[in-house]
Amino acid sequence: MLKDVVLEMRGICKYFPGVRALENVDFTLREGEIHALMGENGAGKSTLIKVLTGVYPKDGGEISIKGMEGNAVIKSPQDAQRAGISTVYQEISLCPNLTVAENMYIGRTGAITSWRKMNSGARRLLENLGIPASPSQQLGSCSIAVQQMVAIARAVDMDCKVLILDEPTSSLDEQEVAKLFKLMLDLKNKGVGIVFVTHFLEQVYEVCDRITVLRDGKLVGEYVIEELPRVQLVSKMLGKELGDLETIEKKTVEKETYNETETVLKAEGLCSAAGIKPFDFHIDRGEVNGFTGLLGSGRSECVRAIFGADHVTGGTLTIDGKKARIAKPLDAMKRGIGYLPEDRKQDGIIGDLSVRENIILALQVMKGFFRPFSRAQAEAFADEYIKLLDIKTASADTPIKSLSGGNQQKVILARWLLTHPKYLILDEPTRGIDIGTKVEIQKLVLKLAGEGTSVTFISSELDEMLRTCSRLIVMRDRRVVGELKGEELTQDKIMTTIAGGDM
Amino acid sequence: MWAPLSKIRRRFKNPSGLSDTNMLLMITVAVFFLMYISAMIFLKGSFLRPQMFFNTLNENAALIILSCGMSIVMISGGIDISVGAVTSLVCMSCAVHLDYGGGSVGTAILIALGIGLLFGLVQGFLVAYLEIQPFIITLAGMFFARGMTTIVNSTQFNVAHEGFQALKATRLYVPGMGTVNRLGTYVPAYVEIGVVVALVLVVALFALLRWTKLGRGFYAVGGNRQSANMLGINVKRTKFISHLLCSLLAGIGGFVYFLHVGSGAPSHATGAEMNAIASSIIGGTMLTGGVGNIIGTFFGVLSLSTIKNIVALLGLDDAWWTNITVAAMICLFLVIQSVVLSRKNRNRL
Amino acid sequence: MPKTIKNKFVRGLSGLAHKQIFIPFVALMLLVIINLIADPSFFSITLGTNSAGYPVLSGNVVTILNNASELAILAIGMTLVTAASGGQDISVGATIAISGSVVLRVLCGTSTQVTTLQAPIIVAFLISCVVSMFFGAFNGVLVAKFKIQPMVATLILFTAGRSIAAWINNNRLPIVSDATFGYFGNFIPGCPIPTPVFIAAACMIVIALVLKFTNLGLYVQSVGINAQSSRLNGINPAFIKFLTYVILGLCVAVAAFIKVSRNATINYSVVAKDIEMDAILAVALGGNALSGGKFSISSSVIGAYVIQFLTTTLYSFRVQSDALSAYKAVVVIILVVLSAPIVREKLSEVWKKIAPKKAVKEAN
Repeated sequence: MLKDVVLEMRGICKYFPGVRALENVDFTLREGEIHALMGENGAGKSTLIKVLTGVYPKDGGEISIKGMEGNAVIKSPQDAQRAGISTVYQEISLCPNLTVAENMYIGRTGAITSWRKMNSGARRLLENLGIPASPSQQLGSCSIAVQQMVAIARAVDMDCKVLILDEPTSSLDEQEVAKLFKLMLDLKNKGVGIVFVTHFLEQVYEVCDRITVLRDGKLVGEYVIEELPRVQLVSKMLGKELGDLETIEKKTVEKETYNETETVLKAEGLCSAAGIKPFDFHIDRGEVNGFTGLLGSGRSECVRAIFGADHVTGGTLTIDGKKARIAKPLDAMKRGIGYLPEDRKQDGIIGDLSVRENIILALQVMKGFFRPFSRAQAEAFADEYIKLLDIKTASADTPIKSLSGGNQQKVILARWLLTHPKYLILDEPTRGIDIGTKVEIQKLVLKLAGEGTSVTFISSELDEMLRTCSRLIVMRDRRVVGELKGEELTQDKIMTTIAGGDM
Repeated sequence: MWAPLSKIRRRFKNPSGLSDTNMLLMITVAVFFLMYISAMIFLKGSFLRPQMFFNTLNENAALIILSCGMSIVMISGGIDISVGAVTSLVCMSCAVHLDYGGGSVGTAILIALGIGLLFGLVQGFLVAYLEIQPFIITLAGMFFARGMTTIVNSTQFNVAHEGFQALKATRLYVPGMGTVNRLGTYVPAYVEIGVVVALVLVVALFALLRWTKLGRGFYAVGGNRQSANMLGINVKRTKFISHLLCSLLAGIGGFVYFLHVGSGAPSHATGAEMNAIASSIIGGTMLTGGVGNIIGTFFGVLSLSTIKNIVALLGLDDAWWTNITVAAMICLFLVIQSVVLSRKNRNRL
Repeated sequence: MPKTIKNKFVRGLSGLAHKQIFIPFVALMLLVIINLIADPSFFSITLGTNSAGYPVLSGNVVTILNNASELAILAIGMTLVTAASGGQDISVGATIAISGSVVLRVLCGTSTQVTTLQAPIIVAFLISCVVSMFFGAFNGVLVAKFKIQPMVATLILFTAGRSIAAWINNNRLPIVSDATFGYFGNFIPGCPIPTPVFIAAACMIVIALVLKFTNLGLYVQSVGINAQSSRLNGINPAFIKFLTYVILGLCVAVAAFIKVSRNATINYSVVAKDIEMDAILAVALGGNALSGGKFSISSSVIGAYVIQFLTTTLYSFRVQSDALSAYKAVVVIILVVLSAPIVREKLSEVWKKIAPKKAVKEAN
């Protein structure tokens, strides 16, 4: 083990029933570096981290940690903490019923809890990081972003040698990300080794020193950031040559436009219990438009109101020129609206049910309680869409929860495509999934539009929106603040509109 | 039905950072005092005598202890429905030991603790380390304890052991709380030894839950198992200890019950587990885990028995009235909890 | 062609080991084998005549099938409730008392002992169905609308149910001496098989048809696994949960009807005592997760018969009825421990070590 190496993993293997999640993976982390762990979904990043932190037992390989003789034995998260590894997981792993301060200190203090000491320590940390929460507040009453910041605060406060950040930025806004980056640089200067997992390429090139790329559970390589341009990184993650990638990029840029203009859906003064201000909205046949704005600006709430997912408190909806009342999702579905929700795990998949049942669910519900599909019909539907969307699953009978994130998303997409909607709402369809699938989904959206389906597309990534949408509705503070189309569709213009400057 | 609910909701919406646990505790304590004071005002009679209150304690000392154990298990997200049966088994074993086995009070106490410990070890192991659903395991535990009770001895009998009788008759007088009876003699107020045990345990367990890593671990595990694990808490051990503590408390509670009734019988403490669950719920513990308080549980037991006393005093002596009132009371507290929960969920949006 | 059939058979056999129904099935087989070894006459069935001179079958197997009827019927409803709401209804014993009281109240009016019925039996049954579905709906509203934990919500009726039952008949215990009323819990003259067996079979057929010709199964599982995403797919989770409680109410009414018909009277405080625990046990023995989600009703029903089989077996070993529960508990713990995923994993690891060659062969 070299002198400045804090963590070394050699030949790590991990198998799940039927899957080789990790095979012979090496990973080296040096003192005072920020090391990006990159790879598509299902590449094994999260698994590697969970092996390192003792959440999963490893099936092979060795881990050595600076300051520990020989091979480190890490069998539980407690062992990992003791070994000086602190972690912020992809999903928030704090206890909502405890206070903010407790969440920061529980599991790493002595047998007796001193509330005074804990609260004052927590207050100092919260102030340092500018987190708008009080130490004695119940964590569950904080917003998701604040909860994530609390998890980060906990991790950095531990006197750690290794800090692992597994997609910590997915629920943070730009300012919070900036704060996090400053913190990471401070820790780096103190000699802490940081493992940073993210899907945002810009963030990698902003803060990281080194990149390790995984693909299909295998190590692709370790690179110094200066030596690996973006395009090459992407091609390494995808396992495709540069040329292939360029053609994909090119294809997606070609927007097909549908010529007829015929309003499919029109909303006037719509507002819901989720707290959005009344907004107007319309979409034409074959149009792709999108809601944009910062996280929490109300973009998801708008589409939820259209779909009837939140309790609608006012306004009118006109579909195909006729007044429509949508009180619950089924009303919307019957009128040909499909909705792919933002939170795949909570709102999208039915984890224990098979891929087949997940695919037919929406169509089945529309068909009616007393008219179930025959087994043969259901199998035919499932097979058709598994093929069409190239869903990687062992069989149609596999429970959806054992699929990777991107494939789960494709199943949900298949569910709505099967209903042949006139109007499809896709809320963050590409979040947390790999670049290859992202491009596929974008292409699919444009293809659907070409066939006359109207699509509303929401994404946190602006360039993705620019590539697919012909019109953008900009939101700020739960209010529609602008609409951009044609020439106005540039990154700068959108930014200024979101920020509320030059209107 | 809905209008007043939404009003309550609004009032609860911004309780200035009060945690769920503390808010439910406040509601419980407030309801208890309201109930007791209005009983004193409107029913007068025995409610005005302090001994009435102390009798409530005397009769419910065992239930208080059982409920504390139940709350701990419920806070850590489990359930234990074997406590009533364990109580019964402890009573019978101790009774047989004292009268037929020629044992002393000391060894009887050891037996009680041993039975509790044994149930705790087995049930805790099965629930925590083999990850079997606690309901099923403790249900089997209940069946087992009930069956064992009749195997030990199948009929009811009163214990004649002298040392035990002396201990049973021991009364601790509460100074200044006595009353003068019709004949003009001063009758001092008293509590039994079991009450002291119960109160000491309540204080000790409250401290445990509030100020120790283990206690906070119960809350964390009940709030979110996976998170607790990732926060560095040994989830399995915590769950194990929660069941161990609960059964041990059932052993202690069993002996206190035995001390109060002075007999062994297969029918002792039937339904005590449900009373303990009800008390915990009234005391603000949530079956979903992560929320609850021992002081609340203490007041939960008192509220439950006070409502029974009130019903009895109103002359509605038929057994069904008591049960229906108790059910109505559980219902009320459940609706309150449901309102609190919906407030919490709303904030998370 | 024959090779594929053989392959299919082998795969089906190994598939069975992973199916839910495997555990209760094996438990049942074990009980059968134990009894065969201990005393083969356990399974003897004799055709005798009862006091009225009609032919009746008797024997342990008949007793098991007969006595497990109520439990099997309850297991159907309990499985649905468990799957949809991720919790159990502990008030079924108490609602059986209520439902039974309603039957007697309608049949007897206000008198305590009648020889001529005050109303047709079918009317009494239907009214009791309505009442018990109403109480099911009460539980359902608490669980689905107020989002109270099922076990806690049903604690209310668990506490109050038997008192309500007593109140329905003014705390009296009416006795029905009409012979026809007894048919449903005992024997129909001329038919040697006890009627409850037919009633239970009918219930199973009905639920099988319902599952086949409606989406109840899919909806219940979806709601049990992920209520939020079910809602976004157009399902009304609150209604589905509510519906399962009403269905359980109906099962309770049928079970209560058999119970009162068996005894011709009702004892509020002891009728169907602890049956809720047995029903939940049946669901658990059937390998259904008590936290909801995927379910198998047939497994639960077999679970119910396992429980009754066990009871009868223990009786045949001359275990005292009071001590029965202790033995039952031991068997239950063994069953549950053996079916725990962790234990099974460990066992299969051990198995692989013992028989490595066989495993390799199978893999090839």
